[in-house]
Amino acid sequence: MEKDQDKILNEVTQGEYKYGFVTDIEAESIPKGLNEDVVRMISQKKNEPEFMLEFRLKAFRHWQTLKMPEWAHLKIPEIDYQDIIYYSAPKQKPKLESMDDVDPELKETFDKLGIPLDEQKRLAGVAVDAVMDSVSVKTTFKENLAELGIIFCSFSEAVQEHPDLVKKYMGSVVPYTDNYFAALNSAVFSDGSFCYIPKGVRCPMELSTYFRINAANTGQFERTLIVADDDSYVSYLEGCTAPQRDENQLHAAIVEIVAMRNSEVKYSTVQNWYPGDKNGKGGIYNFVTKRGKCAGENSKISWTQVETGSAVTWKYPSCILLGDNSSGEFYSVAVTNNHQQADTGTKMIHIGKNTKSVIVSKGISAGFSENSYRGLVKVVKNAKNARNFSQCDSLLLGDKCGAHTFPYIEVDNKDSVVEHEATTSKIGEDQIFYCNQRGIKTEDAIGLIVNGYAKEVLNKLPMEFAVEAQKLLQISLEGSVG
Amino acid sequence: MSLETVKIETKDKFIELYHENQDLLKSDSPEYINSIREEAFNHFQKLGIPTKKNEQYKYTNLDQEFNNDYKTYISPKNIKFQIEDIFKCDVPELNTKVVLLLNGWYYDRENLLEELPGGAVIGSFQKAAQVYPDLIKKHFAQYAKSEKDGMVALNTAFVKDGLFLYVPKGVTIEKPIQIINILMDEESGLTQHRNLFILEENSEASIVVCDHTLSTPNFLTNSVSEFFIDKNARFDFSRMQNEHNGSKQVSHLYFQQERDSKVNTNTITLHGGLIRSNINVLLNGEGCENNTYGLYLTDKGQHIDNYVHMDHAYPNCTSNQLFKGVLDDFATGAFNGKVLVRKDAQKTQAFQANNNILLTDDTDMNTKPQLEIYADDVKCSHGATVGQLDEDALFYLRARGIKKKEAKLLLMYAFANDVIKAIKIPALQERIQDLVDKRLRGELSRCNSCQMHCC
Repeated sequence: MEKDQDKILNEVTQGEYKYGFVTDIEAESIPKGLNEDVVRMISQKKNEPEFMLEFRLKAFRHWQTLKMPEWAHLKIPEIDYQDIIYYSAPKQKPKLESMDDVDPELKETFDKLGIPLDEQKRLAGVAVDAVMDSVSVKTTFKENLAELGIIFCSFSEAVQEHPDLVKKYMGSVVPYTDNYFAALNSAVFSDGSFCYIPKGVRCPMELSTYFRINAANTGQFERTLIVADDDSYVSYLEGCTAPQRDENQLHAAIVEIVAMRNSEVKYSTVQNWYPGDKNGKGGIYNFVTKRGKCAGENSKISWTQVETGSAVTWKYPSCILLGDNSSGEFYSVAVTNNHQQADTGTKMIHIGKNTKSVIVSKGISAGFSENSYRGLVKVVKNAKNARNFSQCDSLLLGDKCGAHTFPYIEVDNKDSVVEHEATTSKIGEDQIFYCNQRGIKTEDAIGLIVNGYAKEVLNKLPMEFAVEAQKLLQISLEGSVG
Repeated sequence: MSLETVKIETKDKFIELYHENQDLLKSDSPEYINSIREEAFNHFQKLGIPTKKNEQYKYTNLDQEFNNDYKTYISPKNIKFQIEDIFKCDVPELNTKVVLLLNGWYYDRENLLEELPGGAVIGSFQKAAQVYPDLIKKHFAQYAKSEKDGMVALNTAFVKDGLFLYVPKGVTIEKPIQIINILMDEESGLTQHRNLFILEENSEASIVVCDHTLSTPNFLTNSVSEFFIDKNARFDFSRMQNEHNGSKQVSHLYFQQERDSKVNTNTITLHGGLIRSNINVLLNGEGCENNTYGLYLTDKGQHIDNYVHMDHAYPNCTSNQLFKGVLDDFATGAFNGKVLVRKDAQKTQAFQANNNILLTDDTDMNTKPQLEIYADDVKCSHGATVGQLDEDALFYLRARGIKKKEAKLLLMYAFANDVIKAIKIPALQERIQDLVDKRLRGELSRCNSCQMHCC
């Protein structure tokens, strides 16, 4: 049986990356390198108001004083920040009147990815703000949302049309001083999504954005800001695929969420960036700062992520539970294969009274990969009756990979209950045997077990994503048990 | 995780101290020790005293403690006393072989090495280094590496005396050996004793260590103990930390276990101002078993920090870690445990748990249980909790007519008992049960039948 498994392991883990293709679009780029002039140029190209430029420059100056952090359990080759193009916009007509004006090649790209940008979208019931190399190409369903007073647009558009909101909330959750990559992003971010849900509005559809890295040699620096006003609700989806590249591409994004009184924000991610080839060549470096602030009472922020891609993942979606009775959730499935490395987890900072948080993290490592969970649960002195439950399980598929758990628990008062548990194991031979005995092939059995293992998290995803996520899991892992 | 030091003053203080006393330090140590000393000193110059920026010392500020003025004991202090007169251990019926360390020096200066039945030797480390150079050369500074920890480097640079135990092949020492570390002086002092325990193949020994302060000044201890547990040897190590609250203690235990050996350690912390215990275990052969247990009951401004590094280098080993604590008043605590399962260490079973009860809002507990696993056929788990006594259990007891205060004590006692019951020596276990009970009631400030009544 061992041999069979090895064979299946090889077959499946050597599956090629399905979404690797490059769209040939004329891109407008600025020269390589990073200095104050580049920052000014980005701001100028985007025709930004003065406060944005100031913010960028402050961030850039701060970034220069920082060193790349080394605490993560990752081996990252040195990144030459001067060898990256910081701005690249697909060239197109200045204004789009209708769908026909969208570059056909762009449209084709999205079609290949299975993103129904036009009419199909309406059927799918998803509004997509598709971001392709830094500039939003097309925003759909905008009118429908506008009727409800929901603002869902690209970040640059928001800067032009809603500068007050941007000024008020940008950097309020992730300040530019937060960390190395946050400072870098704040200085050079190209575009992203902006979403504002007004008081008492329940967003009727899942909001969704697809990020793609396209032109060679461009780092993508996205910035997303979601503000949910009192008594509102929104579910936001983010999904990534990236074309196959030999050079490592840098991705340093920021996602900020502000949840006011009684509001709820659900943020789901399926991340399937190019993970590099079997020998660990190429792949995306993914350094993301995601953080939500439960600013108001009874607010709720829920992060769900399925991480299967990227050569290096450095990502800790966090919740600051500021309002009384607020709650934070983090559900994660992280899969690493071949030479992928992931250091991911969450931070739950309990500040308000009666705050609650749940962490469920499922790590799956195969091949030569390294998969770490790193998390912090902090309960400050005034956070009476805070409650946390954390569960971090790791599954090892093969004897060359690593699975690590680094939880930090800091409790400063007596009324709180914080629990953490973690296990590491491999798929039981008895489980496989049980399935085999009932006529289920080893490969299917493993798929079954892994999907069952991750079910707790997959269940939290919206329908559309759950299907995609399950497929991804299967592609990444099915049968890869030694 | 780089070992950084920022404050230059503290480090420089010790560098200066080393230079001033270099001749005295080296005078009665053999050459091979002095060359290790030199090397350690070089490492210390690089590493310094760890600050909170050092990930391993994140929750304990040692730099601040070591910056105070302390007297160092480069030569033994001459205090004559009859041990029976001033110190009587209050563990009744504990029939042990007692040895004393006074301020880090082997107390019995007339009889520095003593032979035990079966050819085992116990005594002063300094003397042993002269008498058994080959044996010591083989083990000294082999397990506690100066390049990894500034505190170990500091200890090694200033190494003079401590305890030495050698148990030859196949010998079982029936009586537990009780080591009493006494700190006694008119002024504040820093002691840095260095212990070496060698258990050869198939031998067995059991050790009880009691830390005591017998006078009021503040004491600072930075001790390093190395344990070599050869094939199939069995070793039991219980430690009672019961110094006064003005004392600060940093201790490092380094275990190397060979094939099929078994080690139990129990650390019971009842009192002490600042306690940092490092336990490093290397399971260097198949079939090893290690049980590391700890219990800490702290109050007032005490700070306790337990660090455990369990290194599974070979397949088929088992390790258990259980640390439990009750924190009262404004005590602070930290637990940092790591299980490392190296590649090919298949069939490893490693378990780690840290449970804490916080009694007041001013307490502060930080816990960091970690798993680092590179082999797939393993069973590893860890768990950590920080919370309060179970309301339901409390209600259950009160519904049966037990007063709230008493019910709480009962539950805390039961909570602590998981660790106590792992103590292998029955008399000691019983005594500690009693002490913990008293401690929880707030009646125990010292080992009370001790003749010193030092505080």
